[in-house]
Amino acid sequence: METISKQYKSKKETDQEKYERIEAMIEEYREKEGSLIQILHMAQEIYGYLPVELQQFIARKLDKPLSEVYGVTTFYSFLSTKPRGEYTIRVCMGTACYVRGGKKIIERLKEVLDIDVGETTADGKFTLEVTRCIGACGLAPAITINDRVYKQVNPDKLKDILKTYY
Amino acid sequence: MVNLTINNKKICAAEEMTILEAAKQNNILIPHFCSMEGIHQIGSCRICVVEVEGEKTLQASCKIRVKEGMVVYTNTEKVKKARKLLYELMLSDHPKDCLNCTRNQNCEFQRLGEIIQVSESRFEGEKSKPDRDDSSPSIVRDTAKCILCRRCVTVCNDVQEIGVLNVQKRGFHSFVGPAAGLPLNSVNCTYCGQCINVCPVGALQEKDSTQMVWNALYDRNKRVIVQTAPSVRVSLGEEFGYEPGTVVTGKMVTALRDIGFNDVFDTSFGADLTVLEESHELLKRIKNSFLAKQAALPMITSCSPGWIKYFEHVFPERLEHLSTCKSPHMMLGALIKTYYADKIKVNPKDIFVVSVMPCTAKKFEITRPELKNNGFPNVDAVLTTRELARMIKEAGIDFRNLEEGEFDTPLGISAGAGNLFGAAGGVAEAVLRTVYRTVTGRELQPGMVHIRSIKGQEHIKALEVKIENTVEEYRFIDGETLKVAAASGMKGMKAFMEQLEDGTSPYHFIEVMGCPGGCINGGGQPRPSNEYVRKKRMEAVHSIDRGKALRGSHENPAIAKLYEEFLAEPLGKKSGELLHTKYTKRGIYNELI
Ligand code: SF4
Ligand code: SF4
Ligand code: SF4
Repeated sequence: METISKQYKSKKETDQEKYERIEAMIEEYREKEGSLIQILHMAQEIYGYLPVELQQFIARKLDKPLSEVYGVTTFYSFLSTKPRGEYTIRVCMGTACYVRGGKKIIERLKEVLDIDVGETTADGKFTLEVTRCIGACGLAPAITINDRVYKQVNPDKLKDILKTYY
Repeated sequence: MVNLTINNKKICAAEEMTILEAAKQNNILIPHFCSMEGIHQIGSCRICVVEVEGEKTLQASCKIRVKEGMVVYTNTEKVKKARKLLYELMLSDHPKDCLNCTRNQNCEFQRLGEIIQVSESRFEGEKSKPDRDDSSPSIVRDTAKCILCRRCVTVCNDVQEIGVLNVQKRGFHSFVGPAAGLPLNSVNCTYCGQCINVCPVGALQEKDSTQMVWNALYDRNKRVIVQTAPSVRVSLGEEFGYEPGTVVTGKMVTALRDIGFNDVFDTSFGADLTVLEESHELLKRIKNSFLAKQAALPMITSCSPGWIKYFEHVFPERLEHLSTCKSPHMMLGALIKTYYADKIKVNPKDIFVVSVMPCTAKKFEITRPELKNNGFPNVDAVLTTRELARMIKEAGIDFRNLEEGEFDTPLGISAGAGNLFGAAGGVAEAVLRTVYRTVTGRELQPGMVHIRSIKGQEHIKALEVKIENTVEEYRFIDGETLKVAAASGMKGMKAFMEQLEDGTSPYHFIEVMGCPGGCINGGGQPRPSNEYVRKKRMEAVHSIDRGKALRGSHENPAIAKLYEEFLAEPLGKKSGELLHTKYTKRGIYNELI
């Protein structure tokens, strides 16, 4: 799935071009088993997120009720109906991280970024999420920012970490 | 057949049966909740768990099929404890507003509590968000009461194939509703109300109109006129303990007078009128297509407002196929405020028209801005059969001991044909009677209609009548075969109507009723509305038709008089103003885009 979506990935397209690519992708995948989840995933890769209009477009192409498509979108946490930031911060909520300050990190991040979990900052820079154990238990608490993992995070150092992304 | 034991009783059951079904057949009742026989067995509530020898965990009996040699226990300590726990957990997230809930005493959740013997809930949990959606004129969603059985999801998606309702989000936050948390009045809901009929609790209900009607009745300056649909008289009795299919016309009329309605009219009269207008509209279209080769055929019926809304959403570019006839109760409403108002010398502004309907979509229909004449809405309030029963109870009327009353004249006289509107296929049959009579001058005899089912589409019936020896005016169709189709329920209609798009439809006339089985199974009918009950109501409708001396709408003397005194002729100027309407283009998923 990774490689397929890469193939559809490119920067700086107009909305119309994105929709065209999504349409082509739907045509290719519509008959495959469990295609709805795959299609939504790839559409998100192309468009960045899944606004209702886009879900409506997909529902119509697949001849499915919008409520079913929306049900799937809101069931899976990797699908998002809101615009996502350039960087996604995921705070590990595995047991180890949780007991060693994960909760505090979330509180601090909410404060610093002025958003709730699941939201994106006004400047479109960061999206804040929680995640299940990422396997860095030995070095808890951990967070990831896009593909990069930060271990033994000190809540007081969060601001410094974020600064490196501006 | 397989042999198995349930609670040490040896029984025999068909292979494809579930444990739950096999038990039921042998008078062993396993408490169950979310399942609906034949349509919905997803095992989500797990109330129906049983112990199956050899299985480590308890099994949902609505999902597991019987097997040879199976040993099942339905009442062990383990089973009872589990059931109780499941029930208590459901209860912990429920508002328990029983005393002011319209489902009180008629609630499957309460009934289940009685069977399981739980009187209090040990767990008081955080409640999922209470969220009441009363945006639509027809249906109220009270998600706080929803127990997530998903019956409505199955009905809306698989039985009606609309797909407005689905499970949104996950876990504790999951709820059943339209996409994106949208209110019902902004999506493509048809307001058919089929979801209400299956909801076991008070989470889906009709929008209440009883208060509004009481207020009109309290107002001394108002003349409050009521009309009842043909399918209400065959179902209302169920609310008062009668067997399904009992015809209670006389008691219903008396109850309405006792409640305080000034005049009690019969929507079947409106239906007879619809038949005349619709028959002539059909003949006009057929004539145009034969002589000028341009007419929107097939013509499709317009008496089911749920179906109309569906059509407006799905085929906004094909609205010309819909008959322009208003639905029967709207026709009657329009006449009450003109023809009848003149007769009784009452200003139409002081008249309040109430329609008792089997239908929730009719509540929406009366809000359509085009259904007004001289600035007055044709109908002011719609009550469902269930709401009327509530009002009768509220008024302290002892329904079972009422005398038999009769509808008022002249708008209470009906032929058999008008009464047929209550059951699927009825409009088609009624229109055929009048068309045949108009074209040939002779009455249609039962043997002349050739009925068959369409292969692969068993819910659609095709009716054919050979037209021979016509009167002079209709010579152009002498020897032709009139082709009619009758369908009910929205399922399969999208594919069926696609024939309109490519012009391959072989029919002249298509009847579609939005609810499976027609109005006798409308979204406003008493619960339960299962297969047995539907069959009984259907038989009752046909027995009423057979019992009428006048079968065809064109034989109704009150209708003849109405044309003579007031309307002049079908499709005439007055009819055009009062009895016909137009439609709205809507979006496929949304109300307008
Ligand atoms: S739905 Fe049933 S249990 Fe719930 S408040 Fe209403 S009557 Fe009571
Ligand atoms: S009223 Fe009909 S269309 Fe609307 S949600 Fe209920 S079942 Fe679906
Ligand atoms: S609204 Fe009623 S039918 Fe639908 S899931 Fe909830 S309880 Fe079940």
